[in-house]
Amino acid sequence: MPEPLLEVKDLRVHFPTDDGLVKAVDGVSFSIQPGETLGIVGESGSGKSVSSLTVMGLVTRKQADITGEVIFQGQDLLQLPVEEMRTIRGAKISMIFQDPMTSLHPYYRVGDQISEAIREHRDISKKEAFDQAVDMLDKVRISQPKQRARQYPHEFSGGMRQRAMIAMALSLNPDLLIADEPTTALDVTVQAQILDLIDKLKAEFNAAVIIITHDLGVVAEHCDNIEVMYAGKIAEYGRTDDIYYGPHHPYTWGLLNSIPHLGTETERLNPIRGLPPSLINVPPGCSFNPRCPYVFDRCVRDVPELIPEDGHHAAACHLSREDKERILHEEVLANR
Amino acid sequence: MGRYLIRRTLFMVLVLWIISILTFLIFMKLPPGDPARRLAGKATNEQILAQIRENLGLNKPLPVQYARFAKGLIPWPGMWLNENVYYSWSNRVAVKDEIRKRLPVTAVLTLGAAFLWLLMGIPIGIISAVKRRSLADRAGMVFALIGVSAPTFWLGLVFLFIFYYKLGWAPAPGFEIRAPLWQEVRDGKFTLAWITLAITSAAFYVRIVRGNMLETLSEDYIRTARAKGLSERRVTYKHALRASLTPVVTILGLDIAGLLGGAVITETVFELPGLGAYAIERLNALDFPPVMGVTIVAAVFIVVANLIVDIIYASLDPRVRFT
Repeated sequence: MPEPLLEVKDLRVHFPTDDGLVKAVDGVSFSIQPGETLGIVGESGSGKSVSSLTVMGLVTRKQADITGEVIFQGQDLLQLPVEEMRTIRGAKISMIFQDPMTSLHPYYRVGDQISEAIREHRDISKKEAFDQAVDMLDKVRISQPKQRARQYPHEFSGGMRQRAMIAMALSLNPDLLIADEPTTALDVTVQAQILDLIDKLKAEFNAAVIIITHDLGVVAEHCDNIEVMYAGKIAEYGRTDDIYYGPHHPYTWGLLNSIPHLGTETERLNPIRGLPPSLINVPPGCSFNPRCPYVFDRCVRDVPELIPEDGHHAAACHLSREDKERILHEEVLANR
Repeated sequence: MGRYLIRRTLFMVLVLWIISILTFLIFMKLPPGDPARRLAGKATNEQILAQIRENLGLNKPLPVQYARFAKGLIPWPGMWLNENVYYSWSNRVAVKDEIRKRLPVTAVLTLGAAFLWLLMGIPIGIISAVKRRSLADRAGMVFALIGVSAPTFWLGLVFLFIFYYKLGWAPAPGFEIRAPLWQEVRDGKFTLAWITLAITSAAFYVRIVRGNMLETLSEDYIRTARAKGLSERRVTYKHALRASLTPVVTILGLDIAGLLGGAVITETVFELPGLGAYAIERLNALDFPPVMGVTIVAAVFIVVANLIVDIIYASLDPRVRFT
């Protein structure tokens, strides 16, 4: 196994609030290889965005208690001084966000916003940086990039703005791109274009990608590995095929069952019952136990560990392997 | 842009016309009694009264009376506040001359105070927002609370009591206007008035700048700026400040325009012979032509400032269009 590009070890991000300690991320470990695409899937408030913002250094010790390690190219980013972290952020790790409508500064030209990022990390002239920005807009397939670079964000459509964000994120040839719900705010047809674009540019720039989403369907064909998060912890981790065709966690089953299928008889959606727990009062034992249809006494007592079953695929669930396989085949796969 | 300006200008004329009618009705029609009798004084007879009515056009129908004043409001040489109509009924001094003499006083007061309140309000607002919940923020908010709550007349009198009466650092208030005001500025005749006006306004600006700044700092595009690896200084003073200060331009323009028409309370407290003091003095005498003149001048400042502010705003925010 080669050296991972990024290795997150037992990351905990706890926000002290007036109502109590919010355990947004509570013991998350994962790693990503160079060139890999990892999908992080979970509901709102499952900790997927906070963990990636912590990797970026955008959640700081001022706001939260952070423990664990975030090892990127051999360095623990959590130990880096602020100024050194700035040389990595935007250059080696970059990020695109959920809402392209509000992610660009309304008062500055798109090209200037991209070249500002370039000039922050490279010692080149304004003119050169602007030309590079135009090149990047061309690479994300914005037509007439020269004219477009001189326009303001409000003159761009939502899809174009997200392309511009991608252009900005990739303009410094980062080793890791974190895409936080990159398609959630976009039309369905534009969603596919953006994901295809990320795929293509990832190969061209040889970057690893983390795609954060709440929609399992979106990431299926774009990810090598998938991590399912629930209430600040990883519920299940595995190759994309493991998660789609052999998931071993009741939460993942619920997610898969809730995807509507075209052409089936059932008209009602099949949601997971209940709501995600408050991150201040996480239930004892397995945090999914109040919503789990297969709950038994051990689930309310012990926190299940994420133990790899076959060296890679792992699910944090107390059910025995035989039970999981039985339920998977009888109740989950049979319904598709 | 051209069409926009024409439409705005026509609208401004309409607004000013309505204001002139209202002013005319309020001060010529509403006050009980006969203006001619008020002017004539106690020892009078029917002949004198008739003569006064004739001179001031008061024996004509109301629309004709209004037209006589309205003509003087047309901004054209020879017509604008012409001395045959626009003179004080009490002392016969031309309104035009008074305004020309007094406007610089009000302008020096307003612009000096505006400079000071921006100098106080913007930095305190920024620091309060950036160091939210720190000691500096709390101190800034206490300053804002005091400034907003303290009435100008009270704060002004307190300052006069301390710095003029007790300490003797400030000169006695009040002066006669001689052409350039440098002497008065150097003598410190404006200083306490500037500080008083600045503190009460700065408090408001602190709150606005702080609020805008806090709101902007939580915007997605600020997160994007941080994600680019920009320094916190650049994020705050370029990306966030630009967006937070743009709305302040609007408020500043209207505040300055409002005060240019007469900073009534400040001028009264510090006995500054500005437009506001003039308006109050003439109002108390129910001296109609000066009241009409000052009202329209003040209204012109406001409507013109509105237009200027809108144009500046559009040039600062690329999303705003002239429509």
